[in-house]
Amino acid sequence: MLKLLIRHGTTLLISLFGLTLLTFVLSQRGDSALHIYQSQHFMGQYLEYLEYLLAGDWGYSSIHNRPVLYDFLQHFPATIELVMLALLFAIIFGLTLGIMAANRRGKWLDNTLMGVTLAGYSMPIYWWGMLLVLLFSLTLGWTPVAGRIDYIYDVPPVTRFMLIDSLLSQDQYGFDAFFNALLHLILPAITLSTIPMAIIARMTRSSLLGVLKAEYIRTARSKGLSQQRIIWVHALRNALIPILTISGVQVSIIMSGVIITEYIFAWPGVGKWLLEAVSRRDFASIQAGILALSLLVIAFNLALDLLASYMNPRLRRPS
Amino acid sequence: MESNQRDSLLVYCSEGSPDAFNPQLVSSGTSYDATAHTIYNQLVTYNPGTTDIAPALAESWQISDDGTRYRFKLKEGVNFHGNQDFTPTRTLNADDVIFSFNRQRLSSHPFHEVSGGRYPYFYSQGLDQLILDINKISDKEVEFVLSRPESPFLAILATPFASILSAEYAEVLQALNKLEWLDSKPIGTGPFRFKRYEPDSYIRYEAFANYFGGAPKIKDLVYSITPDAAMRFARFSAGECDIMSNPLPVHLRIARQNKLNILEVPGFNVAYWAFNVEKPPFHDVKVRQALSMAINREAILKAVYDRQAQIATSPIPPSSWAYNKQVSRVRYNTQQAKQLLTEAGYENGFTIDIWAMPIQRTYNPNARKMAEMMQQDLEKIGVKARIISYEWGTFLSRVAQGLHHSVLLGWNADNGDPSNFLNPLLSCASARSGNNYAKWCHPTFDQLILNASQSSDIEKRKEYYLQAQALFKDQAPWLTIAHANKSLLTQPDVTGLVISPVGNVEFDKVSFDKGKATPDEDTN
Repeated sequence: MLKLLIRHGTTLLISLFGLTLLTFVLSQRGDSALHIYQSQHFMGQYLEYLEYLLAGDWGYSSIHNRPVLYDFLQHFPATIELVMLALLFAIIFGLTLGIMAANRRGKWLDNTLMGVTLAGYSMPIYWWGMLLVLLFSLTLGWTPVAGRIDYIYDVPPVTRFMLIDSLLSQDQYGFDAFFNALLHLILPAITLSTIPMAIIARMTRSSLLGVLKAEYIRTARSKGLSQQRIIWVHALRNALIPILTISGVQVSIIMSGVIITEYIFAWPGVGKWLLEAVSRRDFASIQAGILALSLLVIAFNLALDLLASYMNPRLRRPS
Repeated sequence: MESNQRDSLLVYCSEGSPDAFNPQLVSSGTSYDATAHTIYNQLVTYNPGTTDIAPALAESWQISDDGTRYRFKLKEGVNFHGNQDFTPTRTLNADDVIFSFNRQRLSSHPFHEVSGGRYPYFYSQGLDQLILDINKISDKEVEFVLSRPESPFLAILATPFASILSAEYAEVLQALNKLEWLDSKPIGTGPFRFKRYEPDSYIRYEAFANYFGGAPKIKDLVYSITPDAAMRFARFSAGECDIMSNPLPVHLRIARQNKLNILEVPGFNVAYWAFNVEKPPFHDVKVRQALSMAINREAILKAVYDRQAQIATSPIPPSSWAYNKQVSRVRYNTQQAKQLLTEAGYENGFTIDIWAMPIQRTYNPNARKMAEMMQQDLEKIGVKARIISYEWGTFLSRVAQGLHHSVLLGWNADNGDPSNFLNPLLSCASARSGNNYAKWCHPTFDQLILNASQSSDIEKRKEYYLQAQALFKDQAPWLTIAHANKSLLTQPDVTGLVISPVGNVEFDKVSFDKGKATPDEDTN
């Protein structure tokens, strides 16, 4: 396990070095007033830049007259709330659809599900979000069009997670505000989860079909175990490992998707903040935003790698 | 949504986040909308829906005979808002006015450097040179001393940057050592009190019960920040907003088909095609006239503006008091244009560049498309046109350097005075370093607009402006293209909303009319 940690630690350090070097070079080119460096040399300045970052000084937005880290932290909970729900949707529905398809391999259900996931996978996210709004909000009137909560609920930000804050304002509104906030989350979360959901569904299907061919499954079958028990208890655990590995890539897909989704649904998260920063040429915010999102993707990937290694002992020993 | 809550809450879907909550620090219309007429007031304002100056915080004013001293008498009993850190102990007085201007004017002022220390409007109008001093005559009287007569001065004071802040609040913040709260936790005299801002999400205001103009009828006002126009329209259609800002031409068409309420005024703006007169062949007035005649503006109005604009005959819009009705419209006439080119010695035509701005603006929703249409028109008279575009910042800086041949640009006025169009866009001073992109410097024209600026007799000023417009038309440094409309969409039950030609949206008189409350009803 120690070797594994060292190996992952090295990868992490290399990624961090590349990333911070890139944002440092960008900061030199963009807005020269981001930080004031004592050193004359490039490497010296880079080290000072790292010091600033570690001290929590991520630059200062001249547009908003605020430290960018403050802005980032203000927007981050909204993004986390959305991403978590989207991931939950993607995993639950992706796995379920994949298992259903594998279970009915070659049948009409399999073909239909795979057709649907292919469509989901190739859907431009912007168009898909608009389509959902058109159907569920404007035609059926079931969901709100945009935003995080109806304005009749005046929920003061405490944790900045709307689901939690709405519960904290329970004295005033009961559970109404909470359900309203949940209703606002549904469409953006579906929009954001569609592509990862399709990928997970397809991965689950193929991985599960691969595992189902294995010897030990045949043994289990010969013992007379039911198909459901074989899939859920014996096959799924092994089939999950490649899915887990691919989920790391999903996080970066979700992070780029979140920028578009937040923009469409006027969702006040990091993605929308970053887009606004680009349109205003607010270099300090752009760099901090990119750095923070990339760090998040790296951290997620690392965590998933460790989890996959934990689940599959073979991955711990490089051959 | 329950009806009683619904009646007291107005949701305005706006197009972007404000850059600051103090209009002194910014120059964007979005920031002005969110601050200048909700939280603050100015000394003077416009009569609703017009560009005529009316009293606001000042009850009356006197201008000295030489036009260099403006004395304002302030209204009695004007209350400031309060917040957690500040409870006002007095009403508006001369100190507040002096504080608000001196903060921008004097680099030694304790608040001058706070929040970035930049005052884009104040300095771009040259007010640091114009205002020599501001004197307190009494608690309720204040006098501005100018370095020269400047008749647009009143109109300038009606602009958002001239909002009056509380000097008493500033003192409290100094004691707390939280100077920057002046700009982020605003205190003003306006109809609405700032409650909360969630960046990029919403701004929440509540009605100010002690507003000197009478408490607003709605209790809560929310600016719901929705930058994507399609999503804004979807929110409006679903009833999530009561008022939608900046609808696209396509939304207006849908709104008309569905008999939705559209509030529309001719905008105080102009879109133009400027010829760089320093570069041949544009130095020849006949060429400029010929090219102007060759463009079919009717077609442009239809294709680019979807008819949400009117053809411009002068740089000043027709709603201005100085508009010259006598100036004739340039007629689209290919034959005559060709003849003029022959007279100028260009019977074989030539090649020009048209620089088309890369972004959408109220005055020009699609400059690229406009340039393409013009390219086709020019080909008919033997002139070949290349279309050139850069990223917006680069575009503006290159145009300012005079690297262009001809350029499609425009102007949104900040105040109702005609000088706001003619001086920055066509004066000799601005040809040297400013927004005069035709680089056209005509001594007679320049003298006329200077005379108009320095005269305090409105009839005389009008006469100068009429002559200046006639001269402009004759010399044709630009082809004036269009004045685009300013519009808002409102739900059927919203009443009392006024939109001013310079674009201010004011909510203090807005209420919900229950008689019109069902959106399905045909209300037009």
